[in-house]
Amino acid sequence: MKRAESEGGEGGNAEKGENEGLLVRRIRSGTVIDHIAAGEALNVVKILGITGTTTEALSIATNVPSGQMGKKDIVKLNNRELSKQEVDRIALISPHATINIIRNFKVCEKKGVEIPDVVEGLVRCPNPGCITNTNEPIASRFSVTGKGLRCAYCDWIIGHDITSYIL
Amino acid sequence: MHTFYRIGWRGKATRHIISIGDFDRRQIDRLLDNAKRIDAQKFDKNALFGKILATLFFEPSTRTRMSFEAAMARLGGTSLSVGSVEACSMAKGETLADTVRVVSGYADAIVIRHPKEGAARLAAQFATVPVINAGDGAGQHPSQTLLDLYTIRQSMKLDEINVALVGDLRYGRTAHSLASALSLYGANLHTVSPKGLELPASLLAELTGKGMRVTDYNSIGDAIPEVDVIYVTRIQRERFPDSASYFDVTSSYRITPETLANAREHAIVLHPLPRVDEIDPRVDSLPHAKYFNQSRNGVPVRMAMLQQVMQ
Repeated sequence: MKRAESEGGEGGNAEKGENEGLLVRRIRSGTVIDHIAAGEALNVVKILGITGTTTEALSIATNVPSGQMGKKDIVKLNNRELSKQEVDRIALISPHATINIIRNFKVCEKKGVEIPDVVEGLVRCPNPGCITNTNEPIASRFSVTGKGLRCAYCDWIIGHDITSYIL
Repeated sequence: MHTFYRIGWRGKATRHIISIGDFDRRQIDRLLDNAKRIDAQKFDKNALFGKILATLFFEPSTRTRMSFEAAMARLGGTSLSVGSVEACSMAKGETLADTVRVVSGYADAIVIRHPKEGAARLAAQFATVPVINAGDGAGQHPSQTLLDLYTIRQSMKLDEINVALVGDLRYGRTAHSLASALSLYGANLHTVSPKGLELPASLLAELTGKGMRVTDYNSIGDAIPEVDVIYVTRIQRERFPDSASYFDVTSSYRITPETLANAREHAIVLHPLPRVDEIDPRVDSLPHAKYFNQSRNGVPVRMAMLQQVMQ
């Protein structure tokens, strides 16, 4: 059985500022998304569908010093454990992110993110002539290829700047 | 008769022809072989007796629609069609998804042309009968590609031929689909297009990624001696800011008996039609001209397609 760790590691240390004070408090339970590419935290939150109208307590730290990455972002979500399907979407913009599931201040699960084969309902097709940009009752659907995201309807490829098209 | 089964995203097994990219070489060859048998009058004239084809054309079309209806009639079936887009329920705001679900109850297969890319794939997702794509916006037009290949095969083997694509290669969906299909046969591509109307970079990367050799030319005269097939597409006037620049461009991409003077003896000229000024009418009487054969071939090829999805 995997031994539980306390919430810490690089993410825990990095969030201490110059005065050794925590920029973001530890959470009792929920999810910590660590090693997010610097500047992408708000997009991660957007991908997870967390908006001002959702109820979770949310903490975000951006451009935190990191031994591995130079700078990174961290997102902490109180009282909500994200599923694998939810967190894998993050891989589209931050493939090195790590997910820590926290219970009673301990890291109970730690996992990386995997790029999914198909992304549905997350990204808008940039092609104005695509049928998905009409009033049809369908979600956008993209297959993930080596060149980027390929629209399953019109074959348009989003090669870079995926975040601009997040719904 | 072999049929292609695509498992729909909602788990149902259906037969559709949406994109030439869904075919492999063996499947294309088999369909073209069937078209050849049909062309030789070796087919059952009542093969689709009692079957109904719905033609849903949300964009104007003459030859594609008529040739599908002719193909259905020659196989003993009947066709239903929407009179005009203005008169149909989509003009009242109905979604395409609802339209195809309703029409699925009236017909045994649906042929669709729609201005939006991906519309045929959406239709296939919601229809309970086979869907054939007859052109979706700047996207796919697989029946045109199949009849283009069939016409080339009447004159030469498809393997490792040299094909010139001439004209609007940016927006010309027939040129895109043909280039993709030819990549399965080891063809070399020679492109001649006005500035700004070149092959899209993504398609070019895809073709070269499949090992296709693509050579771009500034002048049509340089490309013609190198090729076995000259595939001409229409350059649309609306792509240019004014009539003068349109006429400048079209005149330098025009196929004439003079431009064909250096063509290989067996070289053929194809055009998906309608042509405007791209091919001089004097070319019509030359042995190179195969575009009217190409148009006529639409019927046997579409007969083979209809048999494939409905039998």
